[in-house]
Amino acid sequence: MTGGKTDRGANSGRQAILGAIRQSLGRPALSAEARHELDDHIAKHRANLVPARGKGEHAAQMERFQEMARAAACTVEVVADEAAVPGAVADYLRANNLPTQVTLAPDEWLCGLDWGSQSMLETKQGAAGIEDMVSVTPAFAGVAETGTLVALSGKSHPTTLNFVPDYHVVALRASQVVGAYEEVWARLRKANKQGRGFVMPRTVNMITGPSRTADIALTLELGAHGPRSLHIVLIDDQTGQD
Amino acid sequence: MEFMNPGIFKENARTALADQELRSAMAMLNAGMVPNRQAAVDRLPEFALLSQRGRELKDHVLGKLDFYLERFERNCKAAGGHVHWCATPEDAQQAVLKICRSVGAKTVTKGKSMIAEEIHLNEFLEKHDIEPVETDLGEYIIQLAQEPPSHIIGPAIHKTKDQVSDLFLQHHAKLGRTERQTEPPKMVNEAREILRQKYFDADVGITGANYLIAETGSSIIVTNEGNGDLTQTLPKIHIVVASLEKVVPTLEDATTFLRILARSATGQEFSAYTTISTGPRRPDDVDGPGEYHVILLDNGRSAMLGSEVQDMLRCIRCGACMNHCPVYQSVGGHTYGTVYVGPMGAVLSPALLGVSDTRHLPCASTLCGRCEEVCPVSIPLPRLLRQWRERSFEAGDVPALERWGLSFWAFFARRPWLYDLAARLAVRGLRYLGRRQGRLHKLWFAGGWTDGRDLPAPEGRTFQERWRRQQRDLQRGGAAR
Repeated sequence: MTGGKTDRGANSGRQAILGAIRQSLGRPALSAEARHELDDHIAKHRANLVPARGKGEHAAQMERFQEMARAAACTVEVVADEAAVPGAVADYLRANNLPTQVTLAPDEWLCGLDWGSQSMLETKQGAAGIEDMVSVTPAFAGVAETGTLVALSGKSHPTTLNFVPDYHVVALRASQVVGAYEEVWARLRKANKQGRGFVMPRTVNMITGPSRTADIALTLELGAHGPRSLHIVLIDDQTGQD
Repeated sequence: MEFMNPGIFKENARTALADQELRSAMAMLNAGMVPNRQAAVDRLPEFALLSQRGRELKDHVLGKLDFYLERFERNCKAAGGHVHWCATPEDAQQAVLKICRSVGAKTVTKGKSMIAEEIHLNEFLEKHDIEPVETDLGEYIIQLAQEPPSHIIGPAIHKTKDQVSDLFLQHHAKLGRTERQTEPPKMVNEAREILRQKYFDADVGITGANYLIAETGSSIIVTNEGNGDLTQTLPKIHIVVASLEKVVPTLEDATTFLRILARSATGQEFSAYTTISTGPRRPDDVDGPGEYHVILLDNGRSAMLGSEVQDMLRCIRCGACMNHCPVYQSVGGHTYGTVYVGPMGAVLSPALLGVSDTRHLPCASTLCGRCEEVCPVSIPLPRLLRQWRERSFEAGDVPALERWGLSFWAFFARRPWLYDLAARLAVRGLRYLGRRQGRLHKLWFAGGWTDGRDLPAPEGRTFQERWRRQQRDLQRGGAAR
């Protein structure tokens, strides 16, 4: 999309629309001062109202996270430490009669777990292809208010792993569970800080339960186009709490 | 029923009311969506406050729309995205076509987008030998049926399960699926399997946007199926089609809307997938589209700013107004003959298409007010409907008999003593006519009303007479005390 002609065309649309907006609002473009004030408003990005259920003790939020995730049709298993994750994944797949070829997110922490201890699992790393049936990924956060997982795209977490395989397993540490969405944004702004702002990953996925549809006669069915199930292995490490 | 012709609303309504399958489909809407929304709202004590904050935010943004759009553009570009400003549907179609041609696209997958419906994108792409593949199950169903959506979030809500079974058999048989599936899980799975390869084969993926974030230059889609994410992740290019008023200042502001959207729409706490997209894939990303384009469509919205229908631009497209509308529930979405249906459609369509062509739509309401009650951003829909009725009358679009009738009524209404007198005569006359059975089977000039039901005969006193008497009695009672 380069070339002078395109740019001129796009530019005329831009000027026409901005001009029409200003004309309808009955004012010229905002003054530098007014713009500065609005930029300041953006820079402060204050939280609006955060519901009470998103606040409170971490232990209560852990409970709520599990309750809300289950209400959204997730299954949740709590394990005592991260070393137990590969075993928990293998047991889950076996108990549900699911394939044992697993695609792991190429994440240092996740891949550093002892997957070799599970002889029945066949693991590989990378993005998901059409033939991949099971993915195991980390997440950036879990949000208690609605049992939502937040995943950030990047070299350690290809987005396709969240949507292409039929079965998605997420390993989440207790310290990653927060009460409200706003806390996730605060952590994201900090983790990806650059200059005075921050870098948004290409994709931020907020995932609440497996894929679903009610488009046939309003009957709720799971597994529309994305994962048919979403299993959360919650590591109750209780470290790094803030 | 003839689609996309708002001029024949009355004929369409007659057909719709006689359609038993439509009626059974619509009954499920009323039984499901209405209580689901109420339950979700009741579970969140802060819902009303969030809703009020959402309304204030939208009003703030609309007053500074030029600024926020410029910020969105700047930040979208900084993240490597492209922004296309399109004043008309034709501009938007051309912009999409140009992007598709840049990679020689043969097929495009599509997530659900009302803006794509508004600009009739599928028809346009087909004309230019590009195959659009709808991937939202509801959109997929109506694409097979070659019908427009009948609901803004449940496009195939008018179809019964049996109708979908027939449709799948008819279209999937040639793909080797010759067994007629009658159970929703199997039907959903069949569509899933057929669409799966298409995601991987498509050159371009097109989605809508529930919100655009000025702060980060991002777009947000809110979905349940995961089709929108497959659509925007797998092809080479992701195109977002969005209208101007979708922009919000910050991530935190978008969050406020996310808390009210799903609850109002489907009664869910949160939709399964809320996805925030910013620019194309990064240098070290292993997947994602190589290009990210945002089509910003005006199509009449800038002209709505500062006008008496500006409030309509607050709409977050949850569909609660239509789910709760007794007229929509009875006649379904196709009857409206427009892309946007129900109360929000009856207010928005005249702004987009002109008041003359859509004059029946603002009249397709009893002004009962349920739509305004459930609107999460408090759009005064009944007031806006009344405004369009006035515009339509002023424009001379109302037929002679209706105009004459209204003028006749207005003559009396402006002379209270005459109105009072005429009303007394009328109720006494009607009481006399209905004296035998207490009801009237037929009434001159009101055949349309009495054809379907009887008019109960008045009891003999006008409202004003009864009011005066009641006031007198109250005064006497008050004096006695």
